[in-house]
Amino acid sequence: MASVGKILRRTFLIGSAAIVGGVAFGAYYVSRPAANPLKPAEGETALSPFVLIDQQGVTLFAPRAEMGQGVRTTWAALIAEELDVELDQIRVLHGPAAAAYYNSALVGEGLPNKGYDISDFQHNLGEALGVLGRTLSLQVTGGSTSMKDGFERMREAGATARETLKQAAADRLGVDRAQLKTENGAVIAPNGTRIPYTELAEAAGQIEPPEVELRDPSNWRLLGRNLPRVDVVGKSTGTAEFGIDVRPEGLKFASVRINPKLGGEMKGFDASAAEQMPGVKKVVDLGNGVAVIATNTWLAIQAVEAIDVDWGDAPYPPETDAIFTEIASAFDASPNSTMRDDGDVDTLPDGATEITAEYTVPYLAHSTMEPMNATALFTGSALELWCGNQAPTLVQIRAANTANLDKEAVQIHTTYLGGGFGRRGELDFGEIATKVAMAMPGVPVQTTWSREEDMRHDYYRPGAMARMRGAVKDGQAVLIDGKVAAQSCTQQAVKRYTGLPAGGPDKVLVEGFFNQPYTVPNYRMSGHIADLDIPVGFWRSVGNSHNGFFHETFMDEMANAAGRDPLEFRLELAKAEHAPSAGCLQAVKEMSGWTGETPDGVGRGVAMTYSFGTPVAQVIEVVDEDGTIRIAKAWIACDVGLALDPGTVEAQMFGGMIYGLSAAVMGEITFSDGEVEQYNFPDYDALRMHNAPVTQVKILETNHHMGGVGEPGTPPSMPALGNALFDLTGERARTLPLINQFNLLV
Amino acid sequence: MATALKINGKQHQVDLPDDVPLLWVLRDEVGLTGTKFGCGVAACGACTVHIDGEAVRSCQVALSDVWGDVITIEGIGTPDSMPAIQQAWVDHQVAQCGYCQSGQIMQAAALLAENPAPSDTDIDDAMQGNLCRCGTYPRIRAAIHDAASKLKEA
Repeated sequence: MASVGKILRRTFLIGSAAIVGGVAFGAYYVSRPAANPLKPAEGETALSPFVLIDQQGVTLFAPRAEMGQGVRTTWAALIAEELDVELDQIRVLHGPAAAAYYNSALVGEGLPNKGYDISDFQHNLGEALGVLGRTLSLQVTGGSTSMKDGFERMREAGATARETLKQAAADRLGVDRAQLKTENGAVIAPNGTRIPYTELAEAAGQIEPPEVELRDPSNWRLLGRNLPRVDVVGKSTGTAEFGIDVRPEGLKFASVRINPKLGGEMKGFDASAAEQMPGVKKVVDLGNGVAVIATNTWLAIQAVEAIDVDWGDAPYPPETDAIFTEIASAFDASPNSTMRDDGDVDTLPDGATEITAEYTVPYLAHSTMEPMNATALFTGSALELWCGNQAPTLVQIRAANTANLDKEAVQIHTTYLGGGFGRRGELDFGEIATKVAMAMPGVPVQTTWSREEDMRHDYYRPGAMARMRGAVKDGQAVLIDGKVAAQSCTQQAVKRYTGLPAGGPDKVLVEGFFNQPYTVPNYRMSGHIADLDIPVGFWRSVGNSHNGFFHETFMDEMANAAGRDPLEFRLELAKAEHAPSAGCLQAVKEMSGWTGETPDGVGRGVAMTYSFGTPVAQVIEVVDEDGTIRIAKAWIACDVGLALDPGTVEAQMFGGMIYGLSAAVMGEITFSDGEVEQYNFPDYDALRMHNAPVTQVKILETNHHMGGVGEPGTPPSMPALGNALFDLTGERARTLPLINQFNLLV
Repeated sequence: MATALKINGKQHQVDLPDDVPLLWVLRDEVGLTGTKFGCGVAACGACTVHIDGEAVRSCQVALSDVWGDVITIEGIGTPDSMPAIQQAWVDHQVAQCGYCQSGQIMQAAALLAENPAPSDTDIDDAMQGNLCRCGTYPRIRAAIHDAASKLKEA
């Protein structure tokens, strides 16, 4: 135990470094200090800064991708809380790619526990294992981990900076540090004189930072409140810079086509027509596709589409039916994992009623509003790359390998992300832009994908199937035996990122399946990996996105078979296992005025999923309006343990739900002749103003550990809608999307 | 041959083929990047601008077909001087990723110019062409109602 604590303390140290005219505070490692991305002068301590103070003012670094989840604001607030600065008087920047900005919480998620039953020991171990994040250079924004990761480190950075600045003031005034206070970017002397931090910065750079204690939450001024987002004015005036908006001097514009038979080769192409088209500067052979560099993005798109290409076949079955036959065949093999195996599921308890069901969900695209793009400037000896991305250190390594440069010669600029949802954790858009720019050295080139290229070249949420068997007796669930089959995102992604094969039990495949907070005496949940080469990746809430639907639809079928109200049925099972989860169910019951009865023409469904440390329960109400079914209302309750910014938590909850409902209603990627059949939003749409429900969100804070918020709103939305449709129509939704079965308003 | 355009009150001479959509004239030629590319087929509304006060999808208007004065998101306000509609977007903390919001605001501004007190149904009808993958719709609706009431007071 002691050694765990020791490791934990040594994962990072908050230190300082003198910079020109000021001081930087940040994290570094005792064992292997990461290179300072700000390049301090020789002999100075190398560290990744979170706070930088010079004559110009205070700059905070929030090196997590801002893709809408508010991370930049809340990370800055963690620092500002301790540093005593106001968010509207400082700058908040993303900062460069740097190993010391590793994500400790993400690697902790890989531990084989259920999450909600985590003990303090396991929790600490998880954080200690987070050191692995540094080894893998995992500066990743994903897994709903940013607040868990930053909570301690950012406050320590802020407190360390504050106390060091106070020490500098104490030295100047000849008083004890304890006699000084701080307020709004200044140290306050005993006589009330204000000394701005900027005046103390240079002296502070020469002082060894003192040990600090973090403030008690009861004294917080910023955390726990609704703060104005630091990006909201820019995003309301068209001035926020996304990857597609980068405009370096002399910029040229490119577009790309990669083999639509995903992973297939390019046998040859004829670009003679494209070369004659207006604005075209160059046609680029990418090996597995082509790009055109032009004077305007639209001219580049027209020209690249005019290239006649001979594509090779895809390395997977070319039709959707055959793909799902392959997924189903994974059930025949022994499971990859059985992470829950309680009691004996092979024996049906005496007098129990057995039920079975099979569920199928499709492949899904991320479909971010900003199509994939990146801008690169290759000089021969160095590369600059601008893009919205969720993993700058990985992008840096991939771009360096592509351009045959040292990592140090590659500079990554992370802009705002026009949606991420997991798509911008991939490296393809950065690699392609690098290759395109290498064809025109010395000229910055922005490579923008058409919407069609984006939609048809995703790393899709895998299509998945579940076979469920359960039993009820005396109104209770007495047995659940579930199997899920899908491609493994994890195994494919590890191979994609590192080139190394990944084996072992895949927790992501079964998350939301094996670890749900219900007490059922005989309970076994297994994962089967389908061996297919369709590109798959991390789609908001990942495995939970299909498993939430499987688990919670089946819970509803069990409740129905038991003759029980589906909300009471769940509440009873959750109460015994995990109080915060039961609390969420109780909350949506009260918020929605759930009685178990609905008038004619109205249906209600409930679902609850525990994911990323946060249980979320949702009630969805559907209304039959002359034969068209509208999703009218939704109630959401989540228990995040600690809501650092309730307004942001609320936005993530209803946003995550709408993302899930969009998929449940109409999201479907299908294949024909090896190609994705959906091209653009008319084929792959989402909920809009007129068909999104009126929503109420309740945030609870009883959970022992802080949970994530970016993803947990998504999983329960799909089963809650399906269950509501069952309540309305008596027809059970066992296959998504629901538009194929129900006349939903689109 | 250069085409003359008036954008945000300023005259521009644009030397591009006639069929280049206004969206790409704005973004890649004039340097007004607040107007966004989302789909290229008028299915998402991210590229919405005003031509003679009417909300249009700039990805569908060829350069030679621009029939009047163009106003983009940059033309209705700036960070230091926001009209009621943009201020409402800030007050309601609408944006998440923010990519679609220029188009949402331009569509909402055109709605309010035509209908100073829109009902929920009016908002549904006017805004359903504008897609938001973050699902910010509840706050967009609240911001439009708020802007409408502020404009009424003014």
